Amino acid sequence: MKLTKLAAAAVAASIAATPVLADLVFPSLDYRTGPYAANGIPFADGYADYFTLVNARDGGIGGVAAKVIACETGYNTEKGVECYESTKGEGALVYQPLSTGITYQLIPKATADGIPVHSMGYGRTSAANGKVFSNIFNYPANYWNGASHAVNHAIADSGGDISGKTIALVYHNSAYGKEPIRTLEELSKKHGFKLSLLAVDHPGQEQKSQWLQIRREKPDYVFMWGWGVMNQVAIQEAANIRYPMDKFVGIWWSGSENDVLPAGDGANGYKALAMHNVGSDFPVFDDIKKYVVDAGNAAGAGDQVGTVLYNRGMYAAMLAVEAAKTAQEIHGTADITPAMMRDGMEALVIDEAKMTALGMPNFGPTFSVSCENHGGPGLGAISQWDASAKKWSLISGFEPSDNEIINALIAEDSAAFAAENNIAEGCK
Amino acid sequence: MLYREAGDFKTSYAKDQQTFPIAFDRWGYFITIAFAFLVVPFLINDYWVNAVVLPFLIYSIAAIGLNILTGYCGQVSLGTGGFMAVGAFSAYKLMTAFPELSMIIVILLSGGVTAFVGILFGLPSLRIKGFYLAVATLAAQFFLVWMFNKFPWFYNYSASGQISAPERSVFGFAVTGANVTPAVSYLFCLCFVFVLAWAARNLTRGANGRKWMAIRDMDIAAEIIGVDPLKTKLTAFGVSSFYIGIAGALLFAIYLGAAEVGEAFDISKSFLVLFMIIIGGLGSIFGSFAGAAFMVLMPVLLKNIMVGYLGWPTDLASHFQFVIVGGLIVIFLILEPHGFAQLWRLAKEKLRLWPFPH
Repeated sequence: MKLTKLAAAAVAASIAATPVLADLVFPSLDYRTGPYAANGIPFADGYADYFTLVNARDGGIGGVAAKVIACETGYNTEKGVECYESTKGEGALVYQPLSTGITYQLIPKATADGIPVHSMGYGRTSAANGKVFSNIFNYPANYWNGASHAVNHAIADSGGDISGKTIALVYHNSAYGKEPIRTLEELSKKHGFKLSLLAVDHPGQEQKSQWLQIRREKPDYVFMWGWGVMNQVAIQEAANIRYPMDKFVGIWWSGSENDVLPAGDGANGYKALAMHNVGSDFPVFDDIKKYVVDAGNAAGAGDQVGTVLYNRGMYAAMLAVEAAKTAQEIHGTADITPAMMRDGMEALVIDEAKMTALGMPNFGPTFSVSCENHGGPGLGAISQWDASAKKWSLISGFEPSDNEIINALIAEDSAAFAAENNIAEGCK
Repeated sequence: MLYREAGDFKTSYAKDQQTFPIAFDRWGYFITIAFAFLVVPFLINDYWVNAVVLPFLIYSIAAIGLNILTGYCGQVSLGTGGFMAVGAFSAYKLMTAFPELSMIIVILLSGGVTAFVGILFGLPSLRIKGFYLAVATLAAQFFLVWMFNKFPWFYNYSASGQISAPERSVFGFAVTGANVTPAVSYLFCLCFVFVLAWAARNLTRGANGRKWMAIRDMDIAAEIIGVDPLKTKLTAFGVSSFYIGIAGALLFAIYLGAAEVGEAFDISKSFLVLFMIIIGGLGSIFGSFAGAAFMVLMPVLLKNIMVGYLGWPTDLASHFQFVIVGGLIVIFLILEPHGFAQLWRLAKEKLRLWPFPH
């Protein structure tokens, strides 16, 4: 009798001491099937594993457990809509669809529902203008930064002058692949290079004619905006026509292990942009091994840890967790809503001390987000593939892009969107 | 016992020729319509409308459209995705060029534009038949998608080639854009489905439908009895494309809100709609609805069961979904090659005789 009373009191006390909190929900609109799965799987694994790590190591975010709801989109926009509708009712804090097409669809829907979207390095580039796109964030860098980085690298590579040379852009014939074209056209006017555009249709398995054209035209540089199976095929085709790999530069979505490995030694020297560091030489990976992999809680097959896109998924999750922490500080409550999450994302500051504390020193650029700038600083580095060591390594530091041209384009495109949708520019 | 003709006396030709001659069917139809218009709008929420009901209604229109061409007139088409893209891009151009135009008119005009394009691509059908025609319409599919990607005028020179539906309203209620209530978008699509299905049913019962079916069954015989193949085939292409264009416009403007031609209207869309009418039943309006329901609802249902209740990993569930839906299609086509519509017909025959099968 006495014991049961004591137990009851203890239970009552424990309930009183820790108010019951709902989990913080982070939906993961991932794709582990279809032609884009090779790239979708590592990202989804990294995203899920980081939340598992935060729950196991830190006891959640500010004491509240994080919950990841996975929903398979297959990179398909109709399934993306279904996933968005089925998860938003669960209290989703932020969406990271990893698809430019789905991002375009979510921009009006999520804005009306007051849920933030973080399209990290993809999506609609002009969303960097937070005065128009109040709920959409694309820090730390966007496609147009990427286009500028690639051009800057080509300029540096050719000794400071690129006028008269030719750059071919091999791109996925979709919103994603078309995004950099306008920036590259502006840059070609400024620097005097010739731009040749080669579209590859979804899913990108058939690229013979494009590479035949490259073989004939012999452009000085080839840039690639590819994703999924298209990357592997393009790198293989480039190797087949013996295009010099160090003149072939991919966007950060075309530079993972899964893209270069099928081409074997032929891919040696291939370059890709990077918005964060590569490799698994960071203290955070010891924690991931200890709390996630060895505990048997790794997402997927658990074999992707430390690959480029795993790191990117982890980085995206880290930024989401830090934004949630910021939101908890601003609003003084651990149980945040999507609207509070938005405020947290807009006030996010990532500095070296924070990244070191998280076990990710020098993992990405330092930056801060503001209402005027949802896009971050747009820093990027160049990474290169070493086929014999099977390793990516950064061959440059994180450098700025040509923001003068990009900001003008962002202002123009966001103003067009604001006019089309009757949005008054301004900070909330 | 309940389902019978006996006792249901017809006293006029109009009554004798009505769509649902059996009282039980008639009442079932009225109750379904009343339920869809008067009850569902009050129950529906965001998830149901966007994940289940809108795609079902819109694909039903597309399936009816393709059924008119393939099921009634016998002209195989693989260009459905391309024609839906024509509808979507016409709707986008009309919406942005004439912001004050009512959405109802925009959707109807998009159908009209698609009908015109459909007739153009239908011209070869006078010379080529069967598989060869299928290949010609396949060319339409690839050509149209290529065209909408190639010429920036179609997507108003936007940087990405995406088209996004701006907010437009009908009678003061927003039907496109972000601030749509589920009931409004549901009712908007339902009205189109109702009117179009009703029109299709009556078209196929009338002189035009009979001409289409004559051409389908044997075109030389049809020509001998005085059916003009040129007019008949082209009206089938026109009416069919009108429906498919409306479905494309609704898919883009009401359901997706933003679309990209290579992704939303690619060849797999053509096959999807073709599977719908094959599974539902060629040459049947009911079959179009049943096929659309099967192809749209089955994946969502399977996903909810496997991921939601059984807690399977999403990739496993998604692969299994292909296996199950594919398997069901094969089993279905072996057991009942004429689709759901035939099953329904057989069930009705049996019910009429029940409980005295002989």
